[in-house]
Amino acid sequence: MSELRPPAPPRRHLLSIRDLDRSEVERLLDTARSLTSSLDRELKKLPTLRGRTVVNLFYESSTRTLASFELAAKRLSADTMSLRSTGSSVDKGESLKDTALTLAAYDPDVIVIRHPAIGAPGVVARVTDAHVVNAGDGKHQHPTQALLDLYTMREAVGRLEGLHVAVVGDILHSRVARSLVQALALVGARSVLVGPPTLVPRGLEALGCELSTDIRAIEDADVVYVLRMQRERMAAGEAYVPSLREYTALYGITPDRIRAGQVVMHPGPMNRGVEIDARVADSEAALVVDQVRAGLVVRMAVLYDLVTQPAAREPLGVTSEPAEVV
Amino acid sequence: MLVCANGRGDDLVVEGRVLDPALGIDAALRVTVTNGVVSAIEPGSASEGILIAPAFVDPHVHLRTPGREDEETIRSGTEAAAAGGYCAILAMPNTEPVVDSASVLGALVERAREEALVPTGFLAAISRGQRGEELTEMVELASEGAAAFTDDGRPVVSAALVRRALQYSALTDLRLALHCEEPALSRNGHAHEGVVSAELGLGAYPSLAESLMVERDLALADLERRPIHLLHLSARESVEALDRALAAGAAATAEVTPHHLVLTDDAVRSLDPNVKMNPPLRAALDRETLRDALRRGAVSCIATDHAPHAPEEKDVPFEEAPFGVTGLETAFSALYTHLVLPGALALETLLERMSTGPARAFGLAEPRIEVGARANLVVLDLDAEWTVTEGGFRSRSTNSWLLGETLHGRVVQTVADGRVVFSG
Repeated sequence: MSELRPPAPPRRHLLSIRDLDRSEVERLLDTARSLTSSLDRELKKLPTLRGRTVVNLFYESSTRTLASFELAAKRLSADTMSLRSTGSSVDKGESLKDTALTLAAYDPDVIVIRHPAIGAPGVVARVTDAHVVNAGDGKHQHPTQALLDLYTMREAVGRLEGLHVAVVGDILHSRVARSLVQALALVGARSVLVGPPTLVPRGLEALGCELSTDIRAIEDADVVYVLRMQRERMAAGEAYVPSLREYTALYGITPDRIRAGQVVMHPGPMNRGVEIDARVADSEAALVVDQVRAGLVVRMAVLYDLVTQPAAREPLGVTSEPAEVV
Repeated sequence: MLVCANGRGDDLVVEGRVLDPALGIDAALRVTVTNGVVSAIEPGSASEGILIAPAFVDPHVHLRTPGREDEETIRSGTEAAAAGGYCAILAMPNTEPVVDSASVLGALVERAREEALVPTGFLAAISRGQRGEELTEMVELASEGAAAFTDDGRPVVSAALVRRALQYSALTDLRLALHCEEPALSRNGHAHEGVVSAELGLGAYPSLAESLMVERDLALADLERRPIHLLHLSARESVEALDRALAAGAAATAEVTPHHLVLTDDAVRSLDPNVKMNPPLRAALDRETLRDALRRGAVSCIATDHAPHAPEEKDVPFEEAPFGVTGLETAFSALYTHLVLPGALALETLLERMSTGPARAFGLAEPRIEVGARANLVVLDLDAEWTVTEGGFRSRSTNSWLLGETLHGRVVQTVADGRVVFSG
């Protein structure tokens, strides 16, 4: 009888940066760092999640995030399955709940979900027994992006505590900005959000950041984090900015707006010539490729951390140098 | 006009603390009902926790009939009303089809005569199909028994049409009940514009989207010297506009829902579709302003805006979920628990705003506990505790914001139009 069994430990998910405390963020970053050595080996696969199943359920087009999660699961020897909304039963009107229940029949250990609607990962977490990772839900959260960004910053600058980060662009519609600002606050970094007044929502300062509409606010930052500017924001009825031309003139990251010593990040895909000048994107200061590489190890760390309960953790299977304390 | 499946009046005796704020009664009494009429009120004895009061009136219920009988029927909705202590409810016309013609209304009234456990009135639409373009045949609708006119569920966007409706409805003695929302400002809005919407990335529905239309509609009503009723106020600015109009002599009434009185947008952090309503839950200051307006009487009605939704409609991501929550079966207990017990609202005021206030706003008979009156009373056990569960509803829908919560105070008996319609 079920009542005779000890209660199952609560399933852990990564739906929002709010699910984490500082020590958990640091643990994930340290695990990711210990996994980097595996990237340089000839045989890159680790046996850690052998026999485990990771399902990627993607309702929005995505190249880098899906590829990153797929490879992360494969590098840990998990069986992976990726489903996209197009060409699947979703096309036939199946609800998210029913799709999740169908997938749950395969007993996946982890379901990674990207969905255009805020709250979708919570639905999957409610109706399945899998650990759920939010790979982006609408304008809400993209927690693994924030973690890989912290990882990249820590590797590039050497610290997170006291780090000063300026996030520039369409803050209003950006799940990347929301997750990143919360994560930065968690590790004691300082952040300022910069963009046109129509795209910087009032109230966001409650997350522990500053708001500015003046591009000069990036001058003192150690890291300039550039967000993608989407063409839809200029559509009739939206009209958040009058033109890309004026946006680029006011907020585009050009070489003269970057000072020596600053690093530049972008979650991709970049609109060269719009939010970021090609000369900046291709410069030494740009960490865009480092971010992609960080994405792989951070997502490996997240999968590993969720599947193996902290109390009963198996050895990672890689030799690691002691991680640096942030 | 209220209709129900008519039965003969019942005989019963109830005894305990009787509280009728409108009549100024607060004493231990024994009330005898004979053939559905209060025949004697005599000194009696109080029993622990038992309170007898005029039954409740809900001016804002979505019965989903015709069209969505899977979510609610006249029968299930009025059973829910009976369980909530109501002796009269008013149903909104945003059904499929919309109640915009005498034939649709007539069919509903007929159905209510067969099915309604509790006397039910039906509002008719202001505009055909609630499209906000042409007026409905208001005089014919009034003669068929419409309780008032509203396009609730959506605003009347055109100020000119509101003005025409105010002018034309003067041919009836019915008022307009207005859903105040400036759609250009609320477009894609899923939560109150504030810290929570900014943090979660939810589309913002600012207070001003409501209060601008409140200001507009009060000005139009003043211009035409017509009374109006403001539906489900949520924002501080709306209450301030109402206060100014009332001070200038406006004949306006207004309602507030239990969820806006109890919750704030902080609840939205859960991303639970059962805290998604239109208008949205707002900030703590808005909630305090609504409570104050209710205490003062500027807002004289508590309305549930009972909005049943099928589980498959609410078992979706927050952003995709429809607006609306149920409320008939939990209104008294929720407000007793969250407002009366903590001392934010007097019990007498709660009872008055759930009964006399709404009845008066819509010209319905005011439930009274007096000899010679049809019995419309509710027996409450203030000491009872109960937990809200999906299995406990009479309503066909379970989209309650209170699921899992333990509440104090419970309806134990409801007498509506002389008949015992609920015994718990």
